[in-house]
Amino acid sequence: MNETPVSSNNNGAAANGAAANGALIRLQAVTKVYGTGIAAVEALKGIDLRIGQGEFVAIMGPSGSGKSTCMNILGCLDVPTAGTYFFQGRNVGRLTQDQRALLRREHLGFVFQGFNLLGRTSALENAELPLIYRGLPVKKRRVLAREALASVGLSGWETHTPAELSGGQQQRVAIARAIVTHPKVLLADEPTGNLDSERSREVMELLTALNRDRGITILMVTHEPDMAKYAARQVHFMDGLIDGRSTEGGA
Amino acid sequence: MFLETVLLAQRELRRNVLRSSLTVLGIVIGVAAVITLVTIGNGATQQVAEQIGSLGSNMLQLRPGQGFRGPGGASSDSKRFTLEDAQAISNDIPGLAAVAPTANASTQAIYGNENWSTSITGSTNDFLKVRNWDLDSGREFGDGELQSGRAVCIIGATVKKELFGGQEPIGQSIRLKKIAFQVVGVLKSKGQASFGNDQDDFVLIPIRTLHRRIAGNADVGGIMVSVRDADAIDEAKSAIERLMRERRRIAYGGQDDFNVGDMREIMSTVTGTTKILTALLAAVAAVSLVVGGIGIMNIMLVSVTERTREIGIRLAIGALGREVMMQFLVEAVVLSGFGGIVGIALGLGAAAAGSVVLKVPFVLEPGIVVLAFGFSSVVGIVFGFFPARKAARLDPIEALRHE
Ligand SMILES: Nc1ncnc2c1ncn2[C@@H]1O[C@H](COP(=O)(O)OP(=O)(O)OP(=O)(O)O)[C@@H](O)[C@H]1O
Ligand SMILES: [Mg+2]
Repeated sequence: MNETPVSSNNNGAAANGAAANGALIRLQAVTKVYGTGIAAVEALKGIDLRIGQGEFVAIMGPSGSGKSTCMNILGCLDVPTAGTYFFQGRNVGRLTQDQRALLRREHLGFVFQGFNLLGRTSALENAELPLIYRGLPVKKRRVLAREALASVGLSGWETHTPAELSGGQQQRVAIARAIVTHPKVLLADEPTGNLDSERSREVMELLTALNRDRGITILMVTHEPDMAKYAARQVHFMDGLIDGRSTEGGA
Repeated sequence: MFLETVLLAQRELRRNVLRSSLTVLGIVIGVAAVITLVTIGNGATQQVAEQIGSLGSNMLQLRPGQGFRGPGGASSDSKRFTLEDAQAISNDIPGLAAVAPTANASTQAIYGNENWSTSITGSTNDFLKVRNWDLDSGREFGDGELQSGRAVCIIGATVKKELFGGQEPIGQSIRLKKIAFQVVGVLKSKGQASFGNDQDDFVLIPIRTLHRRIAGNADVGGIMVSVRDADAIDEAKSAIERLMRERRRIAYGGQDDFNVGDMREIMSTVTGTTKILTALLAAVAAVSLVVGGIGIMNIMLVSVTERTREIGIRLAIGALGREVMMQFLVEAVVLSGFGGIVGIALGLGAAAAGSVVLKVPFVLEPGIVVLAFGFSSVVGIVFGFFPARKAARLDPIEALRHE
């Protein structure tokens, strides 16, 4: 993987150490209720979680335990019903929709289970998509997108559309799109869910390298213990709560 | 950034060429119809104005009734003029070059096996003077022929062509209402024909002849006056009005039951009528623009649904609602603006072809082109707004889950 210089990394340990109040992410008694009245579903029942800069966290748990719900909140796509979520000390629950969008644009990258690339659009254009909303000129965008594709090992595949790429390659384009903005945090909800074990390993190695070399904080949901092993820390969900099998951050 | 959005939009639309083309068809037809109608309408207005203008600026026209109602629009309930009225005008008012009482009828003109339906005007030689019409061959009416109402006629070039073909008409007799009229003169061709208004399709007979042999009454439908000096036209006009009020016994301050029109008035009335007609037709055509707009809205809504996932991706990676909205709005406007451009090209083409067929001048008005383009773009904004807002308001989580 190529060594693109990124600021404030390689000292992830120091950041981790400073966890206490300076934690990058802090959830306090976060609950999420879908629907109202008798149809209400309490997907999260009071989550407390701290994640420091530079951590690689695997989120595990059975289906329906609230992993995706929690990821949506962590990714600022949704807000808690109750409790507070601090991202870099900012109370996300108090932000407007646009402010959350700007926060995602600045600091977050997303990788999805279903890749979610734009169809009939080249790998390069997919990778540069987030830069458009940063208002970067075309030339600069192309350079950065090429770099990102190179760092996921897809040099030479720039003009291919998703339909012309394998699942593993598509997921790598998605990762290139997520990191092209040099985000602080990369959120991946079952990134290997649609891939065979060989392709899954490649993707996990890529994520590990990004975490190690660039200090990008990675939050990843997975069902597979094999994949979870790549992460330094595991968080277990069960019925909308974090259970005892979780390991502590920065420990 | 904006230019990029436009480029993105047109690329998106090119992905579905057939659908995009069908979507803009409504706009294309609407714009084309408006452009065609307005352009031909303007040509017609200009032509009518030119025709009236060619009558000369020193002409006055007396008609019964209030106000000028366009050609042949005299109200039937007002008292008609008489030959004596015309005589009085000619005798009492100085500075007039010609005074021509006129009465009209239309009938079949028959010569041998040929017959031709035409319009007949009864008047005097002054009619030719007022209208500046010259004879091609033959002569004017003689005083005796006018006085005694002899069956003689002067025919226009079209009538000559239709009845006589290549033959010499002078001295021959044509039948009008079963009466044989001897042709004494043929008019020079005016060469203008449009909208079924052929000035050469015309037969002039002495007005007394028309009264006695064809109409069966002594009504004078109108009096045309030519003023010697165009500067004295207002003077002549008020002198004629005074005289006619007196003759028709209209009390001081009473309402006139006749009208003296000068060319300015006639021109503005006639061109006004054509303009209103043009505007009405254009308004009807504009309705199809609205229909076209609804078509765009429909397809944009389909597009938003189809691209829900794409919208979800864009929102997730940090696009603001208004940025997504702008993207779809620009798409709608590019669509309708493109339809507008095609419609303008098509409309101008149709107008050019139509003006050849209808023999009216092709009058390109840049204003209407700009207006049509602007309007089609506005249609895009108006009808693209709702779908675009729908896209912008999508919840990214829901949108990403969309199949
Ligand atoms: N938009 C929603 N409306 C109503 N209920 C929801 C919604 N999203 C999630 N839920 C419910 O919340 C609970 C947690 O769902 P969530 O998607 O977080 O589970 P998960 O741990 O991600 O499961 P999986 O491993 O299957 O992805 C489930 O009971 C689910 O039915
Ligand atoms: Mg899930």
